[in-house]
Amino acid sequence: MSELASNRPVNSAAMQISDEVAIQISAMNKWFGTFHVLRDINLTVYRGERIVICGPSGSGKSTLIRCINRLEEHQQGTIMVDGTELSSDLKNIDRIRSEVGMVFQHFNLFPHLTILENCTLAPIWVRKTPKKEAEEVAMHFLQKVKIPEQANKYPGQLSGGQQQRVAIARSLCMKPRIMLFDEPTSALDPEMIKEVLDTMIELAEEGMTMLCVTHEMGFAQAVANRVIFMDQGQIVEQNEPREFFNNPQSDRTKLFLSQILGH
Amino acid sequence: MTDAPDREQSYVRTAMLPPQTAPSTQVGAVRWVHENLLSSWLNAILTILSVYFVWTIVSSIYPWLANSVWDATSLTDCRAKMDERLGEGVRAACFAVISDRWQQLVFGFYPQNGYWRPPTALFVFLIAIAPVLFTQLPRKLLWFTMIAPILIFTLLWGGSIWAPISVALGFVIGFIAYRVIGSRFSALLAVLAAIILPILYWFTLSGTVNAALTAIAPKGLPYVESKDFGGFTLSIVIGLTSIMLSLPLGILLALGRQSNLFIINKVSVVFIEVIRGVPLIVWLFTAQLLLNYFLPKGTNFDLMLRVIIMVTLFSSAYIAEVIRGGLAALPKGQYEAADALGLDYWKSMRLIVLPQALRISIPGIVSSFIGLFKDTTLVAFIGMYDPIGLTSSIRASTDWNGVYWELYIFVGLIFFIFCFSMSRYSMYLERKLHRGNR
Ligand SMILES: Nc1ncnc2c1ncn2[C@@H]1O[C@H](COP(=O)(O)OP(=O)(O)O)[C@@H](O)[C@H]1O
Ligand SMILES: [Mg+2]
Repeated sequence: MSELASNRPVNSAAMQISDEVAIQISAMNKWFGTFHVLRDINLTVYRGERIVICGPSGSGKSTLIRCINRLEEHQQGTIMVDGTELSSDLKNIDRIRSEVGMVFQHFNLFPHLTILENCTLAPIWVRKTPKKEAEEVAMHFLQKVKIPEQANKYPGQLSGGQQQRVAIARSLCMKPRIMLFDEPTSALDPEMIKEVLDTMIELAEEGMTMLCVTHEMGFAQAVANRVIFMDQGQIVEQNEPREFFNNPQSDRTKLFLSQILGH
Repeated sequence: MTDAPDREQSYVRTAMLPPQTAPSTQVGAVRWVHENLLSSWLNAILTILSVYFVWTIVSSIYPWLANSVWDATSLTDCRAKMDERLGEGVRAACFAVISDRWQQLVFGFYPQNGYWRPPTALFVFLIAIAPVLFTQLPRKLLWFTMIAPILIFTLLWGGSIWAPISVALGFVIGFIAYRVIGSRFSALLAVLAAIILPILYWFTLSGTVNAALTAIAPKGLPYVESKDFGGFTLSIVIGLTSIMLSLPLGILLALGRQSNLFIINKVSVVFIEVIRGVPLIVWLFTAQLLLNYFLPKGTNFDLMLRVIIMVTLFSSAYIAEVIRGGLAALPKGQYEAADALGLDYWKSMRLIVLPQALRISIPGIVSSFIGLFKDTTLVAFIGMYDPIGLTSSIRASTDWNGVYWELYIFVGLIFFIFCFSMSRYSMYLERKLHRGNR
């Protein structure tokens, strides 16, 4: 079994899962043209859950979480986020997007803005927060991801790990209730993976609802309360991490786990 | 690997090496000459040939320029002075034609007692544009930029100062309508109001407002007709106005061409392709002749205004394509990150996409501007007296019949100064924007 890239103990005191539904996906289908990329997805996420999604490349993991904030449009079924249904109503979409933070594999920081400006942009222009207040909030979160001293640099001057932590801080500045992570560490060098995972663990400890597409199985075991395995656009198996890793049911899961964990 | 008995199998460095100064052939002028001029026999020969070539040209042109005559009233007079000063039959440049006729080249037929007005307008323009071009200047100057068009218009064409003010009032009305309605009702309604209310105002009230204000406080400058504009005044007015207007229009067209909305997309594509696919001179003839047929009889639609509109449309089509290249070069992740943060279309364009796309497109945009500025000389073909048109009429006069080079050199030099400054500014901008975010 791969080791947890981060070896700090996880404090699970605040990791409470409530009965409140954060995301409800029912009978959702999506096609890219004629290609049926997501098939009959049913998934309920409760507030405070930390879900890790894994599966082979091309299985539709990214597409699934991108549907949750409408970066991709689904064609059948419903997706409810915080009680609002995602439809083509632009007002709903913008509201949901400002409630749901997203962290990308390639960070996607805005290269023409400083770190601080990256973090204050959306609060100022979407939430209409006064500039000064937005800057204070941004500095608070930059402190949290441990790079306040970089606030006035540009993204291009930071390392990959630092950039990804800025990207997390940028999302947090919008005070989201749900965070989506799409392979946040897979574009990083090994020594930088830990710093990003630490940040994510801290976030989980504060009770953030998180959906993470990741292959960091150590992270999944330490933090997740549920692991979802996807293949060919379907949810093949889901379970709590201990069961999932020690006692996988489906042959596909077994094969995948043996490939990713077995050396 | 095969056996390598002599090779050491393990090695540990005990002393670290300090850096040493480079050998003298690797530094300074010696190295530069060696690397750039004489790196091989072929290079050495090419260097010598080039030096010879440059020398031949300079040595033949230099006396012509250095011995030029600046004080004469006609070409005959000029030749007489050359014979007297340089010896019988020796010829040099006769720049006296410039000192004799520069006012005409610069101002065209602008009334002589108003010669101070176009340069003042240019000066106002430069001050107004400065805070836009150089972001380190105080932002308060932008207020001056807002009222500058009124000043510039009055300086150039004259008439009552209230005429442009009453027109500008329409924009203020639009802006207020947008703000007030946008804060109470929907954004769409606000945009509609911001478009419709000013138009209504222009068609109904603005004339009355102008007349009333002019009656109360008759302030203004003597009126100058568009047909009196000529020379560099004409080129610069057409060129700069079109440059200012074609950038925003080009941005909108580029966004339109990228849009998913079917109608907007197709309209932009057709517009860009049609405008680009036909030579500018054809559009200018269209402006001169055809528009008259379409417009109601008796409408007096200024030829200069028509030309400015045509040149603006023409250049905006090119700008749109240049900017589209910049938009396409932007990684998809930038759009996605902006979307994911909840920025709406216009905000993500304004704050994220356009700043980056425009930065990429600066060289192309400035090239288009330079091209546009030089293309203003084409108006000579539709009977306007731009500098080229004026050189022909100067050469047609009995005094200066037979002068060629001097006039064209002068005209070329002035154009070069303008275009070269634009090019230098674009390089400055690129360097500045590159700092910090590679
Ligand atoms: N924009 C798109 N257009 C067409 N096909 C796509 C698009 N995005 C992804 N796909 C396809 O959908 C499938 C799932 O992609 P993705 O969700 O990115 O997989 P994963 O993140 O699990 O690797 C892949 O086969 C991919 O080629
Ligand atoms: Mg993916």
